[in-house]
This record gives sequence, structure tokens and C-alpha cells, in this order.
Amino acid sequence: MRIGVVTFPGSLDDGDAARAARIAGAEAVRLWHGDPDLHGVDAVVLPGGFSYGDYLRCGAIARFAPVMESIIDAARGGLPVLGICNGFQVLCEAHLLPGALTRNQHLHFRNRDQWLKVEATNTAWTNGFTPGQEILIPVKNGEGCFVADPATLDKLEAEGRVIARYVRGNPNGSQRDIAGITNEAGNVVGIMPHPEHAVEALTGPSLDGLGFFTSVLRALAGAAAGGQLAGGQQ
Amino acid sequence: MTTQQDKSGFAATDVLANEFEDGPDTVAKAEQSPDELQPFADLGLKDDEYAKIRDILGRRPTASELAMYSIMWSEHCSYKSSKVHLREFVAKVPKNTRMLAGIGENAGVVQVSDDLAVTFKVESHNHPSYVEPYQGAATGVGGIVRDILAMGARPIAVMDPLRFGAADHPDTARVLPGVVAGIGGYGNCLGLPNIGGEIVFDPCYQGNPLVNALSIGVLPVERLQKKEATGTGNIVVLLGARTGRDGIGGVSVLASATFDEEAEQRRPSVQVGDPFMEKLLIESCLELYDAGLVSGIQDLGGAGLTCALTETAAAAGTGMRVWLERVPLREPSMSPTEILASESQERMLLIVTPENLDAVLKVAEKWGVWATAIGEVTPAGEDGTPGRLLITWNDHVVVDVPPGSLADDGPIYERPLREPSDLILLQADRAETLPRPSTGAELRETVLRMIASPNLCDKTWVTEQYDRYVLGNTVLAQPEDSGVLRLDEETNLGVALSVDGNGRFARLDPYEGAKLALAEAYRNVVVTGAEPIAVTDCLNFGSPEDPAVMWQFARAVQGLADGCQQLGTPVTGGNVSFYNQTGAVAIHPTPVVGVMGLFADVTQRVPMGFPVPAKAGGDLLFLLGETRAELSGSEWAWVTHSHLGGRPPKVDLAAEQALGKVMTRASQTGLVSAAHDLSDGGLAQVLVESCLRYGVGAKVTFPAEGESAFVQLFSESAGRALVSVPLGHEKAFVALAAEFGVPCTQIGVTSEEATLDVADQFSIPLEELRAAWSATLPRLFGAPVLGGQPEAETAVRSVTLELTEPKQQPGGPIES
Repeated sequence: MRIGVVTFPGSLDDGDAARAARIAGAEAVRLWHGDPDLHGVDAVVLPGGFSYGDYLRCGAIARFAPVMESIIDAARGGLPVLGICNGFQVLCEAHLLPGALTRNQHLHFRNRDQWLKVEATNTAWTNGFTPGQEILIPVKNGEGCFVADPATLDKLEAEGRVIARYVRGNPNGSQRDIAGITNEAGNVVGIMPHPEHAVEALTGPSLDGLGFFTSVLRALAGAAAGGQLAGGQQ
Repeated sequence: MTTQQDKSGFAATDVLANEFEDGPDTVAKAEQSPDELQPFADLGLKDDEYAKIRDILGRRPTASELAMYSIMWSEHCSYKSSKVHLREFVAKVPKNTRMLAGIGENAGVVQVSDDLAVTFKVESHNHPSYVEPYQGAATGVGGIVRDILAMGARPIAVMDPLRFGAADHPDTARVLPGVVAGIGGYGNCLGLPNIGGEIVFDPCYQGNPLVNALSIGVLPVERLQKKEATGTGNIVVLLGARTGRDGIGGVSVLASATFDEEAEQRRPSVQVGDPFMEKLLIESCLELYDAGLVSGIQDLGGAGLTCALTETAAAAGTGMRVWLERVPLREPSMSPTEILASESQERMLLIVTPENLDAVLKVAEKWGVWATAIGEVTPAGEDGTPGRLLITWNDHVVVDVPPGSLADDGPIYERPLREPSDLILLQADRAETLPRPSTGAELRETVLRMIASPNLCDKTWVTEQYDRYVLGNTVLAQPEDSGVLRLDEETNLGVALSVDGNGRFARLDPYEGAKLALAEAYRNVVVTGAEPIAVTDCLNFGSPEDPAVMWQFARAVQGLADGCQQLGTPVTGGNVSFYNQTGAVAIHPTPVVGVMGLFADVTQRVPMGFPVPAKAGGDLLFLLGETRAELSGSEWAWVTHSHLGGRPPKVDLAAEQALGKVMTRASQTGLVSAAHDLSDGGLAQVLVESCLRYGVGAKVTFPAEGESAFVQLFSESAGRALVSVPLGHEKAFVALAAEFGVPCTQIGVTSEEATLDVADQFSIPLEELRAAWSATLPRLFGAPVLGGQPEAETAVRSVTLELTEPKQQPGGPIES
């Protein structure tokens, strides 16, 4: 399986996302922001960082990169896409996911090892977890406060589209402690904490992040075997 | 505030006043008007220095030349006061076959394997950070990272030793949050993990905080870059940001003259950082190196284009022809002098062969970075004399000088030295005679008071603002004793880095204080299991024109040079920062020392926290080294008696080396589960930190003979470490310590109970320790460390309050 990792100018965790994909057993394929060709990848990760410096609104410029045109089309067609941190911001700017990520309420960048509770496990990126499972993943962001209007939040919860919530402390003030969400089809997932930094015992606080990358491989294998992609893709 | 700028008070507008009336000052005009009065004194040049410039040129300098000499001959660039002392490092450099580049290069480079080398350096950005904390600290990070990049390395981490005035002083509340946000804002956006550093408070830094920045990078040995502008006809390319009026005259930064009433049209002397541009600069330089497209490279930092042009040409003995109007500008009205003096950030100077130029421009275009050919390398004289630096601006010859005269032939001073007159009295006023706590209750209260004091408390409020995970190779980061990085995923080769200093010890005895800083950084590295291989230093002192300060400097350099020679770890590079003083009062002499160690297998690193879960019976706790009643200059004397006096702890570098051998061997053979260096705050601090790291308790019993419980807990004797040894390994560990002659005393066990017990003295629940330890910085600087932020609740609560469904998930920022 081939997992594409996009590099925008200012992407920082692209190498780490590629490493996580390799550790999970996939082939990591580097995708360049200016190249609309997805090189036949089976899934895409939009990594963390400060794309184009994020001097405007986080992800606002990256959303218009040539590679994003292809990714937006492919995601609507069912391609599994995971946006981590800045990648989550890009997915919201691209309207593949609802809501927005705003300045942390305490106005500081914050890096800590964060407990999350996994909720939706019927997505391409979370099917390897069990509902209610608590996982430890580093969070590090300055603009990670998830906001949406009440109707959208209600809809996300009613449809089971919250994939994880912060527990034992909310690091950035996100509404309803939301750490990550998915689209209706379950193939597009955005998460603020960094699963790619919890894939090795030597460098991470846990191995819990690996579950996101093994989940997508399982979903892809299932789809290849004639089944449906987890998350109800048609 | 006295700054270096007072000595080199270059303010562009002074020089430029008449520059546009009839075109810029040129060499031709200089020859025609030899007697024109020039503002050399305002630029910090002395009469004899100005005379020397006229002598070198055989005429008066042009306005641009005068500015260039004033910058390059400033203390910051020329090391004119420190040079005679810094020779000690070279004279006493230990034999070391690892060193590929040393003092004088942008950063020292040491080889760590057949294929890989590491480069690291620490530098100061003190004055800018006082004036404009955010940008000053941010560009401090940016500057040191470009030094690392210029050596051919990929920067892989940063560290920041920081010193502020009193923690509860209102100005500290202005400076500290800005400095921390600036370091985070730049380093996080650059994608470099921040893996350690120091945060120290002392009133002596009130008017002059110290913001030092360290960076480390890794490179394949064959990618090592040179700064020499070799090859006649090679092209000089300016890469990176456009040049603006920011940071003009900033080498020495910020004279009071730049803040007078007439200053409104002057731009800040503090540079403004753009970390996104620096990230693109890093990626484009690395791509250029790997494609073999660069013949020479130099970063633009202090002194901007002036420094880069003269140093690259001088290093090669060549000349250079530069067309200044080709430099891309942010403001087209900039004069040639301003272009030469600007310290705009995120720029590099490349020397490339003509046939590679197109490829270089293509790489720059890919990354969206400006690249402009601004000149070419010209030959040395036929008689072997060095070439000349010839700079024109719209066909006006504004500079025609021998580059070596700027870069290498600056003044050198042997400034007078005199031991501070108060030193004898200060050393006689020993802390060992101060009243001490004696009962268990008093000791308990002292422990809680000490761990809540600003220098010993939890620093999470600061370090949470730094990304420590990016790049995915951080093995250990703050609050561990050293930052530890994996260099190679295949071989698990790794490095440990620690940076330490103790201004109080150096005030009491600069020679021993410098050695103690070295010993502490060395010990911090060895307790993780790494083998120390190289040193960098940042020497922060007051005015070199004060003989007492100069004496402190000379003694500290001697101590550091002697120490490095004895430990076999060479000083590979560093930085001197003078004029750190407010009025007549200098800061404590503050040599900050960085030590780098090497791991053949970084998975063998030893963390500082007692391991969890604690086994039944626990791990055994051993104290390595000898505890003496050494309290002078200690944190205890300062916190409980506001006392500074006496002589600092004795430093025995042979004992430090022996301790190092025990620790590296113990880590390689897996004998220890945790180790923590003893320094500020003594054993009490180490016990608390190692317990709280993973929430594991300890039961401590001091030997009946020997020093009192108070001395055991609060002495700051050097050469000590606390280790935890899993049951079953204790015999082997004790034998190992004996083999190297390191005193080894069992003082307790880790415990399943969440308390710190000291037999016959006190018992403190870990929760109580944690509450005392972690409350201090949030109380001083706002914003609770854990959970949501009450002061910002209202905005979002107004949204969440609209949610009326009873089974709503807990939402919003409210933290229970």
C-alpha cells in the first residue's frame, strides 16, 4: 500500500508522517504541493507544520495548492485522507471537514502528552481502535481550538463523527473537547494531536499513534478484497 | 543601559545625512576631500583606530567604508578585547582527531562516525531581547541556526539558556513571556525541536537579561562547507530574504542614541524574524549542498553583507567585485551604506561557479526564495597580495578596500585586569556559617520552600511552549538532564547535549566557576550514558573597559581552557558577549558551557525519573560521589538567607571523569534504571524531581556516620549523581563504581507509596510536593499550566451555554 505525504513549503512533520507510514508497513510516497499528480497513492496524509508560514489564516493558502485540487477531488471519491494539525486546518479550509481551528484560548503554543478518548471507530483511520479506548498522543499547536456553530456540533455528535475527544484536560479550549472529526463518508479525518509522534518507544510517549496508520492499511486491504472501505464509502 | 552600541554607535541616518545631495560618498570624493570631518567617534571608533583606517587606505574612508570598519572593528565582530585571552582555548586544545572545524568557523564540527559529523554552537542575543523580547529572542534562534546551516549541516535541534532578573519584578513579567514566545514562535515554525536549556532568575540580570541560543546540526562528513570565496570569476549570490532597514547598526545594537527624540524615522535596531523564510532557506541550501552546487557559503548575521563579503574574500585571499544596486531591497530608497549595514534576517551568501548559476537559481525558485547574482570573485594580486573588495552602487565606487583589513586586521587590546576589590571580603563571608534548619519539621518546610523557589520550580510553563517532538528523533528533552537526539535511524547513533552555567559561583571565583559550569554540563551528559566529546561556550560578561570585569573574563577563560584540556573535550567554538551591565554594575560573570556527548546506541540512554511501576521492594538508590558541607553560592543560601558569599564548591575534574566512566559503562550494560545529576538545590531537588517525573515515591535513609541530614539534602558538592539500580544489579554496580574509585553510598529505595520519606526527618506526599513545585511560574506569569484557561473562558462559553441538551458531552474550555 502506498501512503502519500504532502510537503507544502513550511510543512514540518512531513518526514515524521512518512516514517510512521513506513513503520506501519506502508510505502511512503512524498507528494509536492506544486504537483497535482497523486502518483497513484492509496491514501494521503496532510502533515503538521506552518504551510506557507501560516501568516494569513492557518491552512488558508495551502488549500489552493495544485496538489490540493487533486486531493479534494479524490477525497470526494473516497480516497482516505488524514489531516494532522496543520493538515486538519487545511481540510477545514478546503471544506472537506466542517468547523475551524482557532487560536488556543490561553494564547500560547502548547506541547504536551495528551490523553484522548477514541469515539468513532468506523472511519478509514480509526477502525483499529475500540470505542472508548484511551490513547496517549502528543499535542503541539498554537491554533488548535476547534470551533463550529452549535448546529454543526450537534450534527457531528448525532452522526457519530467525533473520532476523539481530549480527556484529563483540554489543551486548547476546543469546543466539547473535540480533538478530531471525520466527514460523512468516514474516509476524511482531521485530528489536532500528532499520531506520527507516538509510533516508536524510543521517541514517543506511547505507540498509540500507530493505530491510525495501521487502520488505513486495514481499510485499504478490506477494500481491495472487495469489501467496503470502513466508514461506509459507497 | 550601556551596550556595545555605545562603543560602535552606528546610526544610519547620521552617515546618510548628506549622501543623496550629490550622490553617495565615493572613493573619488574621498580623495578630493581628505579633510572632511567624519563621524567616526559616533560610530564607536577611537582616534587611533580612525587613523589606522586612513593609513590602510591611504586616504579618508568613504561613508560606506567608515561604516564597514566601525562594524567589523566593533567588539562584537572583532573580539578585540577577548582575542588575547581566547588564544588559551587554542593553546590548550586537547588532542582530538574528531574535530573537523574549530574556533573561527561559523561553528565547530566534530566527526561522530565514519560518515557523519555534528556541528553545534551557542551564541548570545542579550541586548536585542531586552529591548524587544519577542523579536530579539526569535532572531537569536534564527541566527544560530544559520551558523549551523552554513557548515553544511541540517539543523536538528535548539536549546536556550535564559537568565532573567528577579522572578517577581514587573519588568521580568514583560521580558520573560516575550522571550519565551519568541523562541517558540521562531523555533516551532522552523520545525526544530527545543530539547533543553536553562531558566535562571537573579537580580543581577534585571537590567540585562541573558538570552543565549544553541543549535546543533548533522551532516555527512563530505558535505562540510567552506566560507572561502575561491575561484576567480565565480559568482557571488545573495540567497534568501530581501534586504531592509531592520537591524541597521545592530551588530552592537541599540545605543541610547538610537532612542533619542530625533529617532522617529529610525527603524528598530532589532531585526525582525521570518521563520518561514528561514525554513525555505534551510531546505534550499541543503538541496544546493547535496547537488554539489556551492563552492563557498557564509550566513548573514551581525554586520550583514559587510561581514559576509569581507570574511569570504579575506578567507580566500581573493578580491571581490560587487554591484550593490543588484541587492533586492524591501525599500528602494536604501542607500549603499544602509544596504551594507543592514542585518535583515534569513539571508545567505553563496559562491558558485558560473556554470552552476542556472542550477542554483532553479533550486531557489523551487523553494520560492530570492537568489540574486550580486558580484564576482576577482583575483589576488600578481605578486600574491590579497585581492581588493570593490563595491559600486549605480556606477559610483563606494568601497575599495583590502577585505582582510576589515576581517582580520582589527584592533586588538590587552585591556587592564584587576581583581574586584570586594572579592576578598565576599569570599570571607561564607554560607557555611549561616543558621541551618535542624529538626525534621524545619527540613520538611525547607524542602517545600526550596522546590517552589523560581530557580528550582517546575519550568513546564515555559517548556510547553516549545515543540520538542518535531523531526521525530527526540529521545530525551527538558526537564531531563540532557537533551538526547537520535542521529541515525539505522544505527541508533545518538548525541546528548547539555548547557549550564552558574553566575553565582563564577562571581565568587570566576576560574572555579567556569570549571564548575563545565563540570555540570559534562555531568549532565554522562548521567544519560553518553561519552562527552566537545564543548561550546557563551561568555556573558560586563564591560571589558572595567578592569575588574576583564579580570573575571580572563580567569573564567583560563578555568574553562584548563578544564577542557583536563577532560579532553575541546572548545570547538562559541561567542563572547560583553557590556552586559546596567550603569556601573555588571552582571555576575556568566560563562555558559555546552557539552556534547555521543552514544553508539542511543537506546541505552538513561532517563532521570524513577521507573514506574515501582516493583515490590523497589529499585535501590545509590549516591555517587562525595558530599561535603559546601553551601556557599548555593541555592539554599540564596533562597533562605538571600546570601551570596564564600567560595564555590570544590571541583575535581578527575572525579567527574571517573563518574562519567561509571555512568557510560552502567548505561551500556543496563545496570541502572535512572540517573540524575546533582547541582542546584542538591540532593533534595534531585529526589523531588526524580520522584515527580513518573509519580514514584522514595524512602531515603542517610548513613549514621557522615554529614548531617541538612548537608546531605542541600549541599551542592560537585561530582555527584543519584542513580536507581534494579534489584539484582546492585553488586555489579557497586563493583563498577569501586573499579573507577567513585564513592558509592546506598541511601534508599524507590517505593510504591506516593511519598518522599527521609528516615527520622520527614515524609511528604508527592501530591504536596507537586503542588508546591508546579505552582510558581503559573502564579508569576499567568495562565494555569494544566487544563483550560479561565481568563479566556467567556468568549467560547457564550457559545457552549446555548447548548441545552442535558446529555451533552462536557464541552468548551471548562476544566474540572
